[in-house]
Amino acid sequence: MNNPVRKIAVSVMVMILLLFANLTYVQVVKADDYRNDPRNQRTAYAEYSRQRGQITADGKVLAQSVATDDRMRFQRQYPGGPAFASVTGYLSLSFGRTGIEGAADSVLNGTDDRLFVRRLSDLITGRDPRGGNVSLTVMPTVQQVAYNQLTQKGYAGSVVALDPRTGAILAMVSTPSFDPNPLASHNDKTVQDAWNTDNAAKPQVLLNRAISVPQPPGSTFKIVDTAAALQNGSTPDTVLTAEPEIPLNDGVTTLENYAHTPCGTGSTTTLRDAFARSCNTAFAELITSVGIDKLRTQADAFGIGQSDLAVPMKVAPSTIGNITSITALQQSAIGQLDVKLTPLQNAMITAAVANGGQLMAPYLIKEIQGPELDTVDTTEPDRIGSAVPAGVAATLTDLMIGSENRTQGGGKISGVQIASKTGTAELGSKDIPPHAWYVAFAPADKPVVAIAVLVENGGDRGLEATGGSVAAPIGRAVIAEALKAGR
Amino acid sequence: MAAPPQAQGRAPAPTLPTGRGIELLLLAFAAVIVTGALVIVEANQEQELTTTLLWLGLAYLGLFAGAHFAVRRWAPYADPLILPAVALLNGLGLVMIHRLDLADAARAAQLGNDAPGSLVLRQVAWTAIGLVLFVVALWRVSDHRMLSRFGYTAGFAGIILLALPGVLPSSISEVNGAKLWIRFGGIGIQPGEFAKILLIIFFSAFLVQKRELFSTAGRRFLGLEFPRARDLAPLVVAWGLSVGVLVFERDLGTSLLFFGILLVLLYAATERVSWMIIGLLFFVGGAVLAYNLFGHVRVRVQIWLDPFSDFQGGGYQLGQALFGLGTGGVGGTGLGAGRPDLVPFAESDFIWSSLGEELGLIGLAAILLVYLVLITRGLRSALAVRDSFGKLLATGLSYAMALQLFVVIGGVTKLIPLTGLTLPFLSYGGSSLVANYALVALLLRVSNAARAPLPQRPSVPQAPIAQAATELVERPDLPTGEARGAQT
Repeated sequence: MNNPVRKIAVSVMVMILLLFANLTYVQVVKADDYRNDPRNQRTAYAEYSRQRGQITADGKVLAQSVATDDRMRFQRQYPGGPAFASVTGYLSLSFGRTGIEGAADSVLNGTDDRLFVRRLSDLITGRDPRGGNVSLTVMPTVQQVAYNQLTQKGYAGSVVALDPRTGAILAMVSTPSFDPNPLASHNDKTVQDAWNTDNAAKPQVLLNRAISVPQPPGSTFKIVDTAAALQNGSTPDTVLTAEPEIPLNDGVTTLENYAHTPCGTGSTTTLRDAFARSCNTAFAELITSVGIDKLRTQADAFGIGQSDLAVPMKVAPSTIGNITSITALQQSAIGQLDVKLTPLQNAMITAAVANGGQLMAPYLIKEIQGPELDTVDTTEPDRIGSAVPAGVAATLTDLMIGSENRTQGGGKISGVQIASKTGTAELGSKDIPPHAWYVAFAPADKPVVAIAVLVENGGDRGLEATGGSVAAPIGRAVIAEALKAGR
Repeated sequence: MAAPPQAQGRAPAPTLPTGRGIELLLLAFAAVIVTGALVIVEANQEQELTTTLLWLGLAYLGLFAGAHFAVRRWAPYADPLILPAVALLNGLGLVMIHRLDLADAARAAQLGNDAPGSLVLRQVAWTAIGLVLFVVALWRVSDHRMLSRFGYTAGFAGIILLALPGVLPSSISEVNGAKLWIRFGGIGIQPGEFAKILLIIFFSAFLVQKRELFSTAGRRFLGLEFPRARDLAPLVVAWGLSVGVLVFERDLGTSLLFFGILLVLLYAATERVSWMIIGLLFFVGGAVLAYNLFGHVRVRVQIWLDPFSDFQGGGYQLGQALFGLGTGGVGGTGLGAGRPDLVPFAESDFIWSSLGEELGLIGLAAILLVYLVLITRGLRSALAVRDSFGKLLATGLSYAMALQLFVVIGGVTKLIPLTGLTLPFLSYGGSSLVANYALVALLLRVSNAARAPLPQRPSVPQAPIAQAATELVERPDLPTGEARGAQT
């Protein structure tokens, strides 16, 4: 009888081997599929029950996880609230994650490769794995001033402030904004209610206007025109038409200056004067001598059209559109037709001029830290390329000082020379309040901050709005705060 | 152990090692592992770490030390690995059930409900009852061969127990669609678990008596000896019994288990592969029949083929179990750090996926090895014991555990369709635990017989060979077949 018993013993081992092989298949081969299946709530629960890293800016906590009694164990909090929501984004169990919460997720949840050694040591010491911290380039006071400036008059708009020397983003504001706190709640109803409210809001609040929506830049685009023209033989003294209205190249369409005013007193004007007064007719003439190709090359050099820009959130690519005729070129020259820039892109152009023509890659993450706030990785400023030669940048600065000195609106800072350009972008019809733009940097001789301000749909001035009257005061307040904060 | 009394003038008989010291050492080792597991659960669940845990560990050790001393007293030569393996499995099961208790309590607290009753306290009580039965079985069954005398009684009782829930009204016998229970006063018993042991005793006794018949008569076909049609009766009866369980009690697992055990016993008794072939044909026939006749079998098969196509419905349990196993991966989340409570019946039928999520493939492989040790030690006893009944009994009992293991783990991990059985010693469930302790007691009894030294022959003083008178030794008149059988 022993013979069959031995065979039975072998069959038992085969059964156990089969079980083991199948377990290996389930837990090793298929493990990732099962783990990452959207119907598997374990990953989300596990992530919520780990201490996620902080998001800080200049020592101020923008997002943190605090211990709670419920089974998720940690509650995500955003002490900065709506003012910083365009930077932090939100983290929601039901509705995903946006902003830095989404873009730097792997650092915050501790799975990033740069935190590997620490994870390993947590594994060995048996501590709960904790996420790394993200320290941002944002200056909280600048961000707060920009947010207050936009919201105190109920504007829908955006402010981006850059350090032109490095590309560090000092402020990135989008209004109206939302409170990320209820979206991170562990109470399903609170989350759902907040989500419904935020989605129904008009103007949209979950939209990051600074990087997600390219808008017609209006006259601020004349910086790009001028940069191309200066490299194409023009000088500030180049003579241009001063007519209040001219027919465009197709002989049908006409183009007029703002409020149908002539450009100065004479019948002709100079590029310097036309830039300062933002004369459309003069720029239509100027750009015709530059041509489509050279304008496009210049736009590319400023980073317009770059589709893979991330800060680390993805930035919607800006564009100058398909310019197919000289007429279209002339309309594009004043930042209309199909020219569309994000506020970040416009700030980048300004920053490149401020930085002697060198375009720096914008970035939000200054430093990645381990759970004990020890530095793991620091972002090194990255030069995208040369947008214009240093001499052209100096001339542009000069012209922008001229523009600033002619621009109305309050908030001028005594003792600080700002270089700027305003823009008032029409939205297809004269009955729709225009977008008001203001791009600037300061101090003009040694720039430390470059900004772009966009106030959508005329702000509180309606059809009368101009970049100077609506956007410039905000921009100057932001610059003043940035300078005060020591940049 | 006291040395056996020595006959004067002779060298002392070598004392066989009993292995009891090793058993105690391994039990202490199991206690350390289980206490460690408990501490990890408490730490990960952020419970207070108190010295109570240490006392619990000591209480566990005390409980099994009691079992150990019963073995020392009544089965001193029993296999020393079986009891520690059982203790380890039981202990890990208790830790996991306790861990799931904590999860249930946390969920109840979040929903603002009262904390549900503790399952682990009940399971500890069942463990104690099981160990009492274990001790009583070791004490009362002094020789496993006496069981063979009660073969028919055991068989009758087994069939009654097996059939009872099937004929009782559903209000008493039905839980979650399977009519396997007898419930009264809040306590439920699955008589099928006890019927399993009784029927193994019956089949072993029956086959020892009749194995001549099943192994000699027959005709050759395709190079194999096939039994005569009329000798198929016991197989047909067992098959009918299994199908009956499937029809009246709607339980695929129990049905499969009984048929498998009988088939293996038949093969062990007769050494005829043809029995396996016929049995497998019966099995395939039954499976096809069941699939076509019963909706609940078809549902099980569909869930097996793709649990995720109906994830929110019938596939939820298996799908969640697979998610748990996958999330655990190789290393597991750590005891108390996963979410095994997302799987319905995580503490009973699906305790394997709970363990797999938190201990990972490494932990499951280790537990599989413990089971393998337990089963192979049982089969080893079957090989070593001298009587045929003991061999069949030990084989049947060991194989019952192996098959149950395969059916349950295979079902939970999508190797085979899911059935409703519990994992021996790990799963929550009183009947299963108590019955399995009785099973292990019998296994230890057989292994004791296998390893004990042969009784001393009375020493007959022999005269020097030269002075011895010539004796006539009668030649035994045995048929050759019997002589061959006696050698095995």
